Amino acid sequence: MFEIVDKELLAPGIYRILVKAPLVAAKAAPGHFVIVQAIEDGERIPLTIVSAQDDCIELIFQVMGVSTALLAELEPPAKLPALLGPLGIAPEVSPGEGTVLCVAGGVGAAPILPRARDYHQKGRKVVTILGARSKELLLLVDRLQEVSSELHICTDDGSAGHHGFVTDLIPEVSRRHKIEEVLAIGPLPMMAAVCKITKQLSLPTTVSLNALMVDGTGMCGACRVAVGGETKFTCVDGPEFDGHLVDFTGLANRLCQYREYEQTAYDGYRKERGECQCLNG
Amino acid sequence: MSQRVKTPKIPLDRRRTTFQEVAQTITPEEARQEAERCLQCKNPPCVKGCPVGVPIPEFIAQVARGDFGKAAETILAKNALPAVCGRVCPQESQCEGVCIRGVKAEPLAIGMLERFVAQFAPEQSGPGEPVPELRGKKVAVIGSGPAGLTAAADLAKAGMQVTVFESLHAAGGVLRYGIPEFRLPKAILEAEIEAIKALGVEIKLNTLVGKTVTLDDLRAQGYQAFFIASGAGLPSFLEIPGENLNGVYSANEFLTRVNLMRAYESKVSGTPVRVGKRVAVFGAGNVAMDAARTALRLGAEDVRIVYRRSRAEMPARLEEIENAEEEGVKFELLVSPVEFVGDERGWVKAVVLQKMELTEPGPDGRRRPVPIEGSEYTLPIDTAIIAIGQSPNPILFQSIPELQLGPKGNVVVDAEGRTNIPDVWAGGDAATGAATVIQAMGAGRTAARSIINYLSTEV
Ligand SMILES: Cc1cc2nc3c(=O)[nH]c(=O)nc-3n(C[C@H](O)[C@H](O)[C@H](O)COP(=O)(O)OP(=O)(O)OC[C@H]3O[C@@H](n4cnc5c(N)ncnc54)[C@H](O)[C@@H]3O)c2cc1C
Ligand SMILES: Cc1cc2nc3c(=O)[nH]c(=O)nc-3n(C[C@H](O)[C@H](O)[C@H](O)COP(=O)(O)OP(=O)(O)OC[C@H]3O[C@@H](n4cnc5c(N)ncnc54)[C@H](O)[C@@H]3O)c2cc1C
Ligand code: SF4
Ligand code: SF4
Ligand code: FES
Repeated sequence: MFEIVDKELLAPGIYRILVKAPLVAAKAAPGHFVIVQAIEDGERIPLTIVSAQDDCIELIFQVMGVSTALLAELEPPAKLPALLGPLGIAPEVSPGEGTVLCVAGGVGAAPILPRARDYHQKGRKVVTILGARSKELLLLVDRLQEVSSELHICTDDGSAGHHGFVTDLIPEVSRRHKIEEVLAIGPLPMMAAVCKITKQLSLPTTVSLNALMVDGTGMCGACRVAVGGETKFTCVDGPEFDGHLVDFTGLANRLCQYREYEQTAYDGYRKERGECQCLNG
Repeated sequence: MSQRVKTPKIPLDRRRTTFQEVAQTITPEEARQEAERCLQCKNPPCVKGCPVGVPIPEFIAQVARGDFGKAAETILAKNALPAVCGRVCPQESQCEGVCIRGVKAEPLAIGMLERFVAQFAPEQSGPGEPVPELRGKKVAVIGSGPAGLTAAADLAKAGMQVTVFESLHAAGGVLRYGIPEFRLPKAILEAEIEAIKALGVEIKLNTLVGKTVTLDDLRAQGYQAFFIASGAGLPSFLEIPGENLNGVYSANEFLTRVNLMRAYESKVSGTPVRVGKRVAVFGAGNVAMDAARTALRLGAEDVRIVYRRSRAEMPARLEEIENAEEEGVKFELLVSPVEFVGDERGWVKAVVLQKMELTEPGPDGRRRPVPIEGSEYTLPIDTAIIAIGQSPNPILFQSIPELQLGPKGNVVVDAEGRTNIPDVWAGGDAATGAATVIQAMGAGRTAARSIINYLSTEV
């Protein structure tokens, strides 16, 4: 059992929790994720390790459906029945000079933070573009600021920073900086849009895919995605891949496999809890 | 001369809608009658047919006398999980396949008797005869499938401190996530696992060795020997167009959603599974039969086993092929899939199949399927389940670069289960590739014996 030792509401529907998992914390590296169960017999869901602090790992999640809603219900010192990790491949960052452009959308700020920090610590220059639907949903601004030499903010509704999408800012930023590589993490359509632009600009781009998962160890194939025409398992071959080779349409399609079920389950859950339909607002 | 006892089964209409165990246990009366049929052969071939050498005539004689408890002890000396093996061993190609009774009549129902007797097994109470030199020595077992559980039990009985590390949130390996409730009730598995824990074995769940901890970490914690029993969990795919469409599952994913995540009991489970009306299952082994019969129980109307050889070559247990057929699973034989076709929403809607013919037996004695040009046809489906095999999962091996692997990604071991690393043993599917429960248990037992030798003499 894995105790939740701290919990904080970061933004509407977005929580940060600190979970006691000494073995995982000892091995966690930037880019790793864990699979957790909020309740016994609940779904196994993947979440990125945002940081490791002593015996604990930090997780940040957005309430999307039943499993994340159940997770949000837990208050310290509640315990998670299952937590497995660290999973996935943590990319090696070599020390160097080149500039890295980090593009984060929505809750993608959480998985990008440890990676940006790693680049920063290895001496790389980090330029970050952070986007969200509106000002109150902007995450981790201070912590991203600390590791970035420049932080650009944009919101869909114009309530903070640039009024528009993260992709709007890429051409301008890439004119001012000699960008060596791009890391984009966020909703699938955002990552696909970033890749479209960076391909035109010939900027090598890595994305972190959020495929549906079950075991997270390469045993089921639920998380498979075509990359450069080859089938890869996101959990063991990724979650980061060359964005210019990822079949985003295929992955988007696979993410919808259980949409009806998820919707029904979530509606049922909210009815049971007597909630209105506006949990996130 | 009396006939072989028939397997009692629950009514067919119930079998199509519930996950209740299909085969039932025979009565004491039936068990005694069946046992009477044994010829008590002087040089019994049945024992040689059993991969762990269960003293079959001996336990059958005890059943015939009505001494069921003694019979259970006789089996337990060789086989730690008789309730499981009685249910899942491919008896027709092992013990029963060579039974002398079977030459002129039907072979003894050894599996059914074993399963019957397992109910009378005495409580396992604490370690057996500890070896004094082994007291306090620590052994790590990686994987809680039949190979790992068997080895753990034997090592604990010898007095060692044994920890089993399991990556999933529940123990049992394939017995948990693969084989369905209607064939092996989870309660039976639970009881076996509890008995092994009662021997002092600790099972650490949620621990992926190679990621959460490494062998070196464990060595530093004082573990002196390792048994790799990580199974063959990596699913093979067909590698044909359309395989990533929605509605195309690996059997591992489909069965894991249903068995481990309990997707068939939607009240308790958060994990969905989706089965359409028309299901094609590719492959004809136990995994394929389990997937097909599970799909039927989840409401599919038309379930087909699609296999590129003929019925005679189907590798599944005979009993399961019969059960599948009785329940209404159809067989589409001598065909091979060429392509999955999707609809405009990205869901599979058909599979293109090509007919095959079998060649004359080659040097290996197996008839090879070859495609017949121009014989393609389309089968409309809305769910596809791929059950064409699994290979060992490389995660653990990647963390032990010096470990010697064979061409199929399996761990290379000698007759005692030793790998090329002095303190590391391996066995079960991790060493052999996908095989059987009883072979995995046999390997667990062999490795345990070798580890006991090593730790009581060399270290
Ligand atoms: C490697 C990895 C790391 C991740 N890290 C984080 C993280 O740090 N923080 C975080 O908030 N989320 C993260 N995710 C996504 C997270 O796992 C999902 O949001 C979660 O599983 C949703 O579960 P649910 O039951 O609450 O919602 P569901 O009921 O499963 O889904 C609700 C809605 O979200 C959609 N959806 C479901 N799963 C995903 C998904 N994986 N990506 C996009 N849409 C999805 C569904 O189609 C549905 O419309 C990560 C995913 C992966 C694969
Ligand atoms: C659906 C299905 C039906 C079958 N039916 C039959 C049948 O009727 N009769 C029969 O004889 N055989 C059958 N088999 C085959 C049989 O189940 C296997 O041969 C047997 O389970 C192998 O045992 P094992 O202990 O080697 O591995 P497994 O049972 O595969 O157990 C391995 C365990 O190790 C864990 N693991 C893997 N890697 C790690 C790691 N790095 N760290 C920690 N844990 C790890 C896995 O999660 C798993 O729990 C079937 C197989 C399947 C899939
Ligand atoms: S363990 Fe399996 S092969 Fe051996 S006697 Fe029992 S049923 Fe037969
Ligand atoms: S071979 Fe058959 S008849 Fe002979 S001892 Fe074994 S079970 Fe009995
Ligand atoms: S989640 Fe099962 S293989 Fe990746």
